[in-house]
Amino acid sequence: QKVSVEELDHLEHLALVDFRDLEGVERLQKAIQFADQLHEVNTDGVEPMDSVLEDRCLYLREDDVTEGNCTKDLLQNAREKVEEYFVAPPGNIPLPKLEEGDTFLQGS
Amino acid sequence: AVLKDGLRSQVSAALKEGQVTPTELCQRCLALIKSTKFLNAYITVAEETALKQAEESEERYKRGQPLGILDGIPIAVKDNFNTAGIETTCASNMLKGYISPYNATVVQKLLDQGAVLLGKTNLDEFAMGSGSTDGVFGPVRNPWSYSKQYKEKSVPKSHSEDEESNWVITGGSSGGSAAAVSSFTCFAALGSDTGGSTRNPAAHCGVVGLKPTYGLISRHGLIPLVNSMDVPGILTRCVDDAAVLLGSLAGHDPKDSTTIQDDFKPFELPNLTDVSKLSIGIPKEYHAPGLSSEILALWSKAANLFKNAGAKVVEVSLPHTPYSIVCYHVLCTAEVASNMARFDGLEYGHRSDKKDSTESMYAATRREGFNDVVRGRILSGNYFLLKQNYEKYFVKAQKVRRLIANDFVKVFRSGVDILLTPTTLSDAAPYTEFIQEDNRTRSAQNDILTQAANMAGLPAISVPTALSERGLPVGLQFIGRSFQEKQLLTVAKWFEKQVQFPMIQLEEVKRHDNGVFQHQKSASFS
Repeated sequence: QKVSVEELDHLEHLALVDFRDLEGVERLQKAIQFADQLHEVNTDGVEPMDSVLEDRCLYLREDDVTEGNCTKDLLQNAREKVEEYFVAPPGNIPLPKLEEGDTFLQGS
Repeated sequence: AVLKDGLRSQVSAALKEGQVTPTELCQRCLALIKSTKFLNAYITVAEETALKQAEESEERYKRGQPLGILDGIPIAVKDNFNTAGIETTCASNMLKGYISPYNATVVQKLLDQGAVLLGKTNLDEFAMGSGSTDGVFGPVRNPWSYSKQYKEKSVPKSHSEDEESNWVITGGSSGGSAAAVSSFTCFAALGSDTGGSTRNPAAHCGVVGLKPTYGLISRHGLIPLVNSMDVPGILTRCVDDAAVLLGSLAGHDPKDSTTIQDDFKPFELPNLTDVSKLSIGIPKEYHAPGLSSEILALWSKAANLFKNAGAKVVEVSLPHTPYSIVCYHVLCTAEVASNMARFDGLEYGHRSDKKDSTESMYAATRREGFNDVVRGRILSGNYFLLKQNYEKYFVKAQKVRRLIANDFVKVFRSGVDILLTPTTLSDAAPYTEFIQEDNRTRSAQNDILTQAANMAGLPAISVPTALSERGLPVGLQFIGRSFQEKQLLTVAKWFEKQVQFPMIQLEEVKRHDNGVFQHQKSASFS
C-alpha cells in the first residue's frame, strides 16, 4: 500500500518535519508495513483503551488561582518577542504544494 | 569506599554520625564525574549549585536537623526532566540552551528533601531509542566496558586493535543515568520509562531499574513522549535504595491529573525469608526470538531458585505479547506526533532564521532541531492519525492495548503474584555492532521484553543477576500487580540477596577514590 502524493502533501502540512527525501518516504512506508501486522489480531467486541486508569475518576482541583505572575520567566526562553508578545512570522501563507518529485525546504 | 555504599544501610548513617560530610561526598562525586568523563554520562554538571546544596545540607546535619534519609545525597537526573536554572536539552538541538523556569515535581521533591543535584544525564534524543546512542551529545559508554571483568574476557583480535573501539553501549534511553549510578558518581538517578527505558540500561549496566505503576509518580515536568505510558524511573545500586527513592517520590500531585489520589505510604522493605506463599509466573511468550541461550539459562536458574526455596512457580501465558511492539509503534508515534507539536520555535527552544511565513519557520525549525529518529516518528504518527487511517491504525492499536492489559489481569487473577522474565535479549552489544541497524529496528528488538508492562501500566523492576560470558551484567525482570510496589520490591530484594551480583571493578575509579577499596566477596550467581 503506497502513500500517495496527496497524502504525502497533507502529511507534510500536518507534521511540518520535512521528510521529502527518498529516505523519509521509504522510512514511512516501512513504518506502515510494520503497523499492518496489527490487523492479524482479532479485536471484535474489544473497546479501545485510552488509559490504564480508565476505572478511576480524574482529579479536579478547586478553580482557585494558586500561581502565576511569571510572565518574565515565560518570555525568557523566547527568541523573538515584543513587550509581552511572542512574535511569529506572517501567518496564513500556505506551504507550496507538492508536485511529483518535488523537493523544497532544501537545507538552508 | 563510601561512594560504593548503599544509601539506607551505610551512607545515611555515615552522614548522621559525621563520618563523612555532605560537601565531602559531593566533592568526591564531582571529582569522579570528571575522571569518568569518557563515559559521556553527563550532559550538564551543576557543580556550583550542587556544592551550595551540599553546604546547606551540612549546616542541617551540624544542627542535628537533617531533612531525611536523602539529605546530602548526590543524585543525577535524566536530561528530559525540567530543572530550574539548569539547562534541559533532551539531548536535542531543539532544546540546546533551554533553561527551564521550573522544576519537575520529582526534582522538586528530591531537592525539598535535601538531595544534592549533581547534574543532568545523557540519553537518546527525546528518549527515543534503546541504546543512548542517538543524542546530539554523543553516545554514552557502559562503565562495564572498562571493568576488570569485561577486559579479562575480551580477546583482542590484533595488537593494533584499540581497546577504545571495544566499548559496549549502556542500553537506553536512560543510559546516562544508568552509567552514572553504575560508575559510583551518584547514589541514585532518575530516568524515564516508556517502553523499557529505565529497565533496559539498568540491566546492561548492572544496576537496579524500577518502573513504577503508571499514576504513582508525577510526570509534571517530565518532557512527555507518550502521555499514557511514560513514568519517571528510578535507578539505584540496590533494591532497598530504590524503595527509599520511591518513598520520596510517590504520591498524588495536583499538577499531574494522571496521578492517583490514593494515599501513598512510604515503606521499608522486610527481609523476606519465607517465599513458600509466593506464586511466581513464568510467561512463556517471553522466550522471545533472539533471546540468548545464556539469558535463557539464567532465567531458568532463577525460576528454580524460587522453586527450591518453596515458592510456587508456574508457566503462564500472555498471548498478545508478540503484538505489543507493533501496538507500541502505532500508539507511541501517534502520541509523539502530538507531543512534539509544541516545538515550533516560538516560546522556547531552537528557532530557525527562516521568516517568510509561520509554517515555513515551523518546518525549518523542526527540521533543524530534531534528528531523523524524532522526525520519523512524528511523520509516522501523523500518518496513523489521518482521518482515513484513524480507525484502522490508532483505534485498532488501542484495542490491542486492552487485550495486552487484559492478558496480565487474567494471569494475576489466577493467583500469580509476580512475573519473572528476562529484561533484555542479550548482554550489552559493542557500540560498533549496535549502530549497524537503525534506531527503529533496534528499539523494536530491544523493547520486546519490557514494553508490555508500559502498555498495561504495571510496575516492573530489573535486578542485576549475574555476569555473562563476556563479563557483562545481565538483569532479570519482575513484573507486579498495579500499585503493589511493596510486594514487588520485597521479592526483588530477596532475589538480589540470593544472587549476590558482583561489584564492578573499575581500574580508573580505584585510582581516584581515596577510601579503602571495599571488596565484595560474593558467591556469584552464574
